[in-house]
Amino acid sequence: MNGVHDMGGMTCYGPVKPEKNEPVFHAEWERRVFAMTMLGMGQLDTLDGFRHAIERMDPAHYLSSTYYEHWLAALEALALEKGFLTKEELATGTAAETGQKAEGALPPEAVPAVVHGGAPTNRETGRLTPRFKEGDTVQARNLNPTGHTRLPRYVRGKNGVIDQIHGTFVYPDTNAHGQGEQPQPLYSVCFTAQELWGLDAAATDNLYIDLWEDYLDPAQGE
Amino acid sequence: MSSDHSHGNSAHDAPPNPYLEKQASPEQTEVLEKRVQALESLLVAKGLVTSETLDKLVETYENDLGPTNGAKVIAKAWVDPAYKERLLKDATAAIGELGFSGLQGEHMVVVENTPDTHNMVVCTLCSCYPWPVLGLPPAWFKDAAYRSRSVVDPRGVLRDFGLELDKSTAVKVWDSSAEIRYMVLPERPAGTEGMSEEELTALVSRDSMIGVTKVGSPTA
Repeated sequence: MNGVHDMGGMTCYGPVKPEKNEPVFHAEWERRVFAMTMLGMGQLDTLDGFRHAIERMDPAHYLSSTYYEHWLAALEALALEKGFLTKEELATGTAAETGQKAEGALPPEAVPAVVHGGAPTNRETGRLTPRFKEGDTVQARNLNPTGHTRLPRYVRGKNGVIDQIHGTFVYPDTNAHGQGEQPQPLYSVCFTAQELWGLDAAATDNLYIDLWEDYLDPAQGE
Repeated sequence: MSSDHSHGNSAHDAPPNPYLEKQASPEQTEVLEKRVQALESLLVAKGLVTSETLDKLVETYENDLGPTNGAKVIAKAWVDPAYKERLLKDATAAIGELGFSGLQGEHMVVVENTPDTHNMVVCTLCSCYPWPVLGLPPAWFKDAAYRSRSVVDPRGVLRDFGLELDKSTAVKVWDSSAEIRYMVLPERPAGTEGMSEEELTALVSRDSMIGVTKVGSPTA
């Protein structure tokens, strides 16, 4: 989706302004949203589906709200869309009898295993043989899907070189939409700054980005 | 002195705080607090989460995970060449040796700064960040200014952090668009030759591991 979240290359947002001695959270509601998402979202959708729910926010709201409000908006949207909560329940804060049943809440003792165990997304199934090898010149496809993708606009149509093959990973473009993991090879692709931004860019500089195989074609003439 | 400065220690003189610049009014914050409380009571009532487990998770990320973990990795790499080699070859395993692993660090890559090359990490599409070694990301990492401009004007962004790179230094920007998480191995500064691993750990800043600053010399 060509959304406002796909920001790479824009120069309209001014300087970066780091906050001195920034706390991990700025308000109590941020703590709760963070934890509810981390512990509850997985029962509603995939991480890719959650990212896409953020991308579907109203763009003006996306830009004017702080980070955890994005999470809150996505969590509420998914709870409604998946039939886990109703609009009435969200409005009143009172649970009705209806509603999807949860798999079951984790006890506090399970937190260390969740945090330190992680959720790897590499797979031994799916497309295991990479089409490209290190050093191959490739072109990022000019794709403009209306759904979720991790192919940002600023690399589409540009030529780069395969820098590294990471292995076979869950494909976000299908996993975000209930179409399964469809794992396929993932590459680190190197683009020169001049290929991306023109000859005013520094000839010394490069951009590395991780791209799935279905985002790539052999470069013309290869 | 102009009347512009008559407010003394007003917000005008305070260091910029992008979070507060975008933050909702106290009234809106109250609305958010109520909305989140309502959502929590619903998710608890439906059996999706318990408040005690939420507390435990918050406590873990607020107190146990942070950039000190990453600094330990960097300091060890500086003093132990064999470890550094393992770190650059298989960062997930090498970081795991120090007991750091898990969510948002399942697939780690560490990239090394040298006198000729400077690396910096961004996530243009969202906020991907290596939690087990750096903790949760600062607001600026998730904000539009950093996400948008790091790829097109990395040297300008580094200047925002007070780092002016020589023209001959090659810049490598890593856009974390997938589930691979990147951390920068900064250069060990001059004047640290006699320092212990613990002393070096204290020297390594979060920002140097994102690649927006260098590690400074320990001189007064």
